[in-house]
Amino acid sequence: MPKELSNQEIQFKNSNSQYKEGFHMPDSSTNKFKMGLNEDVVRNISKLKNEPKWMLDFRLKSYGIFMSMKMPDWGADLSGIDFGKIHYYVKPSDKQEVSWNDVPDDVKTTFDRLGVPQAEREFLSGVKAQYDSEVVYGSLIKEMSEKGVIFLGTDEALKKYPEYFEEYFGKIITPADNKFAALNSAVWSGGSFIYIPKGVSITKPLQAYFRINAANMGQFERTLIIADEGSFGHYVEGCSAPVYTSASLHSAVVEIAVKKGARFRYTTIQNWYSNVYNLVTKRAYAYKDATMEWIDGNIGSKVTMKYPSVYLMEEGARGEVLSLAFAGEGQHQDTGAKMVHLAPNTSSNIISKSISKKSGRASYRGLVKVSKKATNVKSNIVCDALLLDPESRTDTYPFMKIDNKHVKIGHEASVSRLGAEQLFYLMSRGLSEEVASALIVNGFIEPIIKELPMEYALELNRLIELEMEGSVG
Amino acid sequence: MLEIKDLKVKRDNKEILKGVDLVIKQGEIHALMGPNGSGKSTLAATLMGHPDIEVSKDSEILIDGKNLSEMTPDQRAMAGLFLAFQYPIEIPGVPFLEFLRVSYNSIMKDRIGESFRPLSPYKFKQLASEKMKILKMDESFLERNLNEGFSGGEKKKAEILQMSILEPKYAILDETDSGLDVSALKIVAKGAKKLSEEFNIGILVITHYKRILEYLKPSYVHLLINGVIQKSGGYDLAESLDQEGYEDA
Repeated sequence: MPKELSNQEIQFKNSNSQYKEGFHMPDSSTNKFKMGLNEDVVRNISKLKNEPKWMLDFRLKSYGIFMSMKMPDWGADLSGIDFGKIHYYVKPSDKQEVSWNDVPDDVKTTFDRLGVPQAEREFLSGVKAQYDSEVVYGSLIKEMSEKGVIFLGTDEALKKYPEYFEEYFGKIITPADNKFAALNSAVWSGGSFIYIPKGVSITKPLQAYFRINAANMGQFERTLIIADEGSFGHYVEGCSAPVYTSASLHSAVVEIAVKKGARFRYTTIQNWYSNVYNLVTKRAYAYKDATMEWIDGNIGSKVTMKYPSVYLMEEGARGEVLSLAFAGEGQHQDTGAKMVHLAPNTSSNIISKSISKKSGRASYRGLVKVSKKATNVKSNIVCDALLLDPESRTDTYPFMKIDNKHVKIGHEASVSRLGAEQLFYLMSRGLSEEVASALIVNGFIEPIIKELPMEYALELNRLIELEMEGSVG
Repeated sequence: MLEIKDLKVKRDNKEILKGVDLVIKQGEIHALMGPNGSGKSTLAATLMGHPDIEVSKDSEILIDGKNLSEMTPDQRAMAGLFLAFQYPIEIPGVPFLEFLRVSYNSIMKDRIGESFRPLSPYKFKQLASEKMKILKMDESFLERNLNEGFSGGEKKKAEILQMSILEPKYAILDETDSGLDVSALKIVAKGAKKLSEEFNIGILVITHYKRILEYLKPSYVHLLINGVIQKSGGYDLAESLDQEGYEDA
């Protein structure tokens, strides 16, 4: 089989020390930049992409902000990040140098157990940057373009539709928002651009899974979404299969404008490999009577800090965050939500569920802010944490800043341990301790799982079962 | 045969059962009565293998000659034991039907062996619907989550439904009558009696009241006081206990 041959070939090459050198060291003939960040790196990224001058200026300004900002002194421990040891730009073709043999065994095993097809495995492992999904991608494009929907890689969209970028890009999340937003603004590459025209409803979720596969899954991707008046759309990014990357920092920025009467839902299933710092800024502006929903599932990574937020800009806007975190051994999931009420009669709802096992730590960090003129605001927060063993940890940091007296805010938090009586009950019905535990955990996260598209829900349930194996007894 | 020999147990370091002997054959119905705190529910939990209960090394629990002492609760279920809980616990988000199907398939596979073909959700629903008719349960039940938001009576009915589907050799009914109204009690008790006859199930029913026994008609009645069986007799013992109380027994 040709595939095996090529693997053998790579294996042979890998055993040659010169090749190894070439693989790890920057090669001037390709566009893999030297490690580390300076102004030239920023200029070169922009030049390579042939960007308009305003984008270069934006990048350079952001770089300055990044350099001047301190690391956050709250949240998770980020001391393991070395900004000098990161490649800030890697051309997709370079990624093909990774061999299947470099993919860790635990990732391969999980692919097997989840039944991920070989072609997808290779893409997800970074072995292939290009994944042959043209058919799926093509049909998606056709269906949507008939309705006037734009769904492109961000780089391509910048060239074709600069007007949207001038209006929104970097406006919802400014580079000065936080150090990692500044970093992304300086070196961003890839990501998705979506525009849904007035009154258009997209019934099938737009899946980044296919689109990004056909382009390049970036480390610093930048996504911009505009749901025009009265439109509806659902975007799903990520997948429940483990995503292996040798890069240790993933820092994305996602900006969304949900216009009058529109509704948009953004679903993320994050399962980065256990070496990744995942520091992502996600924010939506919801205008009059608009609804923004974030469904945010965090399974993988070493550290995740992510608090999808909704700014409720005009009357009648609604925001919702459903957050799910699974913190296993060596992981810290510091996740939550931010709801900023800037107008009267706005409402928000946050449901956070976390599971910690084997000394994993899950933190809920949330902010609900109500401005002076935002009267008659309703906000409801529910945080439930489930600890699977005594070594695991959970924390809740709910912040509220309320400047208006006429508000209705509810907050419930619960922490439970995997119940001995629940286990005894299920086991008395012939279920093993592992199956019983997985059943309890699946039940715990069911309110969030049921909001996912079917194939994601099934895969995520299966993944949680795999995560649960060996975690008891 | 379910044999309990010199059963001594501690819970939280407190001695609760102080040497209980009991033999229940398949198809027999035994009643266990006694005041609160006498150790009835602890006996039920001990038989099922509750992890917090410390069983004395001298004690023996055997099912058809197999020693249960080292077995986990799921292994005991495989061996043919069933416990209808006094307080069935709610398990949020777990669908009742799916839970019971997984349970059924794993027990039957163990009982029948490799030739057993696990039931599909569709087939299993048919089986469950049949059994529910006997207990006069509404089919919407199957759409709900395990004990979540069930009324006291619904929980107890659901326990007997599970028993009817899992077809154990020996079943312990721990105060199944509490929380049931008069008509539900009649349905449940008659249902359990029928199951015992049909599948030759040995039943140990724990209760304070004679009413459930009027339908189950146990051949043996035992009085447990302070961790020991003070008295055993026939159905007439239940009647005299009901009239005179435990003190005069």
